[in-house]
Amino acid sequence: MSYIVLRHRDIPDLNKLDTYKKNGGFAAFENAVTKMKPNEVTDVVKNSGLRGRGGAGFPTGMKWSFIDNKNWPHYVVANADESEPGTFKDREIMEGNPFQFLEGLAIASYAVGANVAYAYLRGEFWQVAALLDEKIAEMEEAGILGDKLFGTDYSLHIYTHLGAGAYICGEETALLESLEGKRGQPRVRPPFPPAVGLFGKPTVINNVETFTNVPMILANGAEWYKSIGTADSAGVKVFSLSGRVRKPGNYELPFGTTFRELIYTHGGGVQDSRSVKAIMPAGASSSLIVVSDEKILDTPMDYATVRTLGGDLGSASVIVIDDSVSMDWLVNKTVHFFKHESCGKCTPCREGTYWMSNIIERIHTGKGTTGDVDLLLNVAKQIQGKCLCALGEFSTMAVVTGIERFPEDFKKAVSPAPLPLYVSETERMEKA
Amino acid sequence: MTKLITLTIDGIQVTAPEGTGVADAAKMAGIDIPVFCHHPKLEPVGMCRMCLVEIGRPMRDRATGQIVMENGAPKIQFLPKLETACTNKVEEGLVVLSQTEKAKAGQKGTVEFLLTSHPLDCPICDKGGECPLQNLTIAHGPGKSRFLFDEKFHLGKRVPLGELIVLDQERCIQCARCIRFQDEIAGDAVLGFDDRSRSMKIITSSDPGFDSVFSGNTTDICPVGALTTVDFRFEARPWELGATASICTQCPVGCNITLNTRREARASGDFVVKRVMPRQNEEVNEIWICDKGRFAHHYTDSKKRLTSPLARKGKNEKLAHASWNEATKLAADHFLAAKENFVVLASGRLANEDLFNLKSLADQVGGQAYLYSHIGGGELTTQVGVGAGTNFAGMGAGTTIVVVASDLYQEAPIWYLRVKQAAERGATLIVLNPRETKLDRYASFGVRYAYGDEVKTVNDLDKQSKLGDAFTKAENAVILFGSDGLGLDGTSSLASACAGLLQNAGHVGKPNNGLIGVWERANDQGAWEMGFQVAEDLTEILKGKAVYIVGADPVGDDPKLAQTLEGAKFVAVQDVIETATTEIADVILPAQSFTEREGTLTSGERRVQRFYSAVPPTGESKSDFAITSQLADHMGIDLEGKSVSAVFDILADSVKSFEGLNYAKISEVKPQWPIVGRGDMYYGGTTYENTMGVGAHLTAAKGGETVSTSQVHATREAAPLPKEKELLAVPVTKLYDRGTTVMMSANLLRERIGGPSITLHPESAKSLGVEAGQLVNISFDGVSGDVVVKLDDTISIGVALVPRSMGLAIREPVLAEVHSQR
Repeated sequence: MSYIVLRHRDIPDLNKLDTYKKNGGFAAFENAVTKMKPNEVTDVVKNSGLRGRGGAGFPTGMKWSFIDNKNWPHYVVANADESEPGTFKDREIMEGNPFQFLEGLAIASYAVGANVAYAYLRGEFWQVAALLDEKIAEMEEAGILGDKLFGTDYSLHIYTHLGAGAYICGEETALLESLEGKRGQPRVRPPFPPAVGLFGKPTVINNVETFTNVPMILANGAEWYKSIGTADSAGVKVFSLSGRVRKPGNYELPFGTTFRELIYTHGGGVQDSRSVKAIMPAGASSSLIVVSDEKILDTPMDYATVRTLGGDLGSASVIVIDDSVSMDWLVNKTVHFFKHESCGKCTPCREGTYWMSNIIERIHTGKGTTGDVDLLLNVAKQIQGKCLCALGEFSTMAVVTGIERFPEDFKKAVSPAPLPLYVSETERMEKA
Repeated sequence: MTKLITLTIDGIQVTAPEGTGVADAAKMAGIDIPVFCHHPKLEPVGMCRMCLVEIGRPMRDRATGQIVMENGAPKIQFLPKLETACTNKVEEGLVVLSQTEKAKAGQKGTVEFLLTSHPLDCPICDKGGECPLQNLTIAHGPGKSRFLFDEKFHLGKRVPLGELIVLDQERCIQCARCIRFQDEIAGDAVLGFDDRSRSMKIITSSDPGFDSVFSGNTTDICPVGALTTVDFRFEARPWELGATASICTQCPVGCNITLNTRREARASGDFVVKRVMPRQNEEVNEIWICDKGRFAHHYTDSKKRLTSPLARKGKNEKLAHASWNEATKLAADHFLAAKENFVVLASGRLANEDLFNLKSLADQVGGQAYLYSHIGGGELTTQVGVGAGTNFAGMGAGTTIVVVASDLYQEAPIWYLRVKQAAERGATLIVLNPRETKLDRYASFGVRYAYGDEVKTVNDLDKQSKLGDAFTKAENAVILFGSDGLGLDGTSSLASACAGLLQNAGHVGKPNNGLIGVWERANDQGAWEMGFQVAEDLTEILKGKAVYIVGADPVGDDPKLAQTLEGAKFVAVQDVIETATTEIADVILPAQSFTEREGTLTSGERRVQRFYSAVPPTGESKSDFAITSQLADHMGIDLEGKSVSAVFDILADSVKSFEGLNYAKISEVKPQWPIVGRGDMYYGGTTYENTMGVGAHLTAAKGGETVSTSQVHATREAAPLPKEKELLAVPVTKLYDRGTTVMMSANLLRERIGGPSITLHPESAKSLGVEAGQLVNISFDGVSGDVVVKLDDTISIGVALVPRSMGLAIREPVLAEVHSQR
């Protein structure tokens, strides 16, 4: 099947303007602007079944239709923060197929009536941003971006903006704060961005991959896109495969592909021919899906089906864990990541991730007790349901599922005899 | 009319206006939902997660949109997660549960999380005893700690934010109340967060640090001991403190304060004032005070307090201790003999009762009573000033506020807050000034006029223009006039023009309409109401007279007046503290400071408020009104001297605007929102509840009564133009100046007070060949002094801003010469 998103793997030099144009480039955008009404464009996207590719999987067309038409101007923002550990698809898209991404962003802008769009990239992507700036300039010169496009009254300018090294700025409202020049900390929701977004105005924010699908959907039709993938999740997904596989990398596959196919057919199987112990389908924010039975690997990957395994597909950053990995090591890594990246705004995440990191470090370095494992689970559950944004919630996923589903790993890491945290003088003397 | 919403909180039906947050609605109904980051005067942020409650909403059928009913009542759908009560607004039919196991577990969890990093500082932390974290830990927190002590995260313990506030970064619970107060209310965004995650800490972004005159308020609303004042650090435990209601005497706003007192060994077991705290009066200062009011109280227990009557036996004799009887008799004899040459020179630092007795004395002797002030126009504020029902908090869309010739931020900081907030609520703010001030940011209209064009500019408000219409066509209008670049003559003309305008546009005689003078001192308005007069040139008034100077330091302020008084026939000085004037006095009468006695003050908004005595009198000092009474007694004049409320009653009978007022009436209290006070200080902060009186307004002029604007020049000539190498020196007011009461607190405020300086535009400095920080000599009108140069590119070229009360006696714009010092 020919590529839909990673088309540069089929067509060399697709990141050059001429090549892109020769391969149907910008026809969808021009058609939309000159021949379609904005809400007609939204309807096509709605009917295609496209869901957000950033991790939440929210129906894209529906999100666009929520934009408040009583408050202007409107903005569209592309979330190119890509900071989820195990996710590296958007970088390839922007470097390999930048025009398709930008075209998708442009079509979305037209659909919601925005004349200004932003691509927010993580600070570490300064080279990618420079590349996008070049491409935007080329598009402007070619009359595809700018004022009064294609002989209509519609104007669109796209700007790139760099973050400064914070994972939290991938959270959409923290991203907007950062884009506005403030500290990247999430806002209270409701209101949500389609009602109150960038500079207080209605804003649509989508992931890079989501936008990159849009030109192909407009060009080939909603029905075409819906026919690919599954009933629950239409289209293709770029799976970022990593972990203990032989061939980690990006693999564009239709929804419904099984884990087995992804890992063995494309990913070259597990290193050292070991067996899969667990899968984290959503990067570090995942629950740990236990591969207790080989049959689990035959689960088709789409949003609804993966949930039945006790985890969310999320951004489809599939991290494969084999039996050489002890879960206390893994949880130590994820917790330290979240502790470092917590923005600090709300108490449970700020204090909780710090506390969890101390406990898991003790456990992992052999200084922990079984009491510490209980404590870690308890603290993680105390954080859950209390945080201002998803970061705090996700910081607990690997902890809770790790301890509950792989208790032996943790038992092995700690001392057998549970020690109380505090022993009084009298007790100590009595024991002596 | 705001819609009222009915909801249920913990089974109790609550009704609140639309837009109210659930936590506030609960408070209104007497239900305490614990909070840290939420404050009723700040926008909710949902950061601390302490107010987690279960919230259920009436279910709506997805298809029909109708409410689903169950057993005759709407079916309530609870979300799986707890929600923050502060960020959720009231909705019809909402069900809030704050006491369920789940909610309590959430609240307990939050306290536990906060305590993991919080240091065990209670034994040495000033906040202990009035600490929201302590209180809510007892109420909601876990009994034992599960966190290992050695793993506690450490941050800076004594980080100075400026020289007035100390930050303990470890105690901070990252609630951001201080940052949000500075951003939203004070308008000085000088605090912020640095770093993220567990390392998130408060820093100040200004130089000098925490550069805001409202900084002390953050220590009231900080829920822990992270922000403490240098003034009160390690000074006392809150439970040791007595609390006395008082009124700040530093400016005409009349902020309600509480004096906290304690017995001290250094005072031989007597009570001393340990700190000044705000007291709630939503119609005057809400729950805030400025730093000057908070920190400049130390003069009351300075070693320079006058403790006993002193008198000179002869003209060239030294001052020697005298009895009250001797001292007052000596003065009385001279005053009686002087008859029409008897002059009372009193300042607005005095209480209404003191001023009334002084005026009565002057009248009965046949002498003159002068108010020591550089601002005129008060007789107009007594006629078209604001009256009952006036409240800045009630001003919004439909009201126009004009601020002319005043840098409110420096001259009356809490009025700056009130006006700013009114503008943010939709009031039309018109700022007319000869230079940029902080209030400009909130103005709908601004006019920059040349020095001398004040009256002309104000008269433009009468014209048919956008600016004029904004004033004349407004429902309500208030004009605040100050003395930026103006002396007595100028302010009188200005007030006259303003009064005429208000009269013509019908903006008099009703609430939120009228003229307000941004006076020098707390009770200038009271003096005006009682008929004190002012004079541009006091040298003529005082030459060769028998002078009774009360609460003023003309010798220290102006060398010309010093010279005049040296040649006066007789000078009796009544004051609280040693000044340059007491040095040349023939008789010194020691007065009690406001902390040692009772009385009333009239604010610039014409509100009479009571203050109460907190500490015993210093030495042999007496209340000013009592001294005057004793003095009068020797002259056969009967003035009440024993009961301060009796003086007030006589005053109310004699002065028309005080009609109907008495101590009982001005001590009345009323329920105020938000609820603050000792019982639940986690909600509103450690501001004191007002249980001793919110004060009462004087009567205002009725609409239609013509104002007699028979004032000095209705139009003024333009200010003199400087020649080359000359500058136009203009007087401006600085909050922290070298006034007698401020200087005694210089230990704390030294940096803020600074030394004598002038401010020039960089271009002016360049053409004079001087640089910032350079010492120069400035001379004008017989006055000369060495000052440090400061630069400001927002002022006019050719102008030198000369702050008053900083060592240079400047009254009006005057041509000056500046020479650099080698």
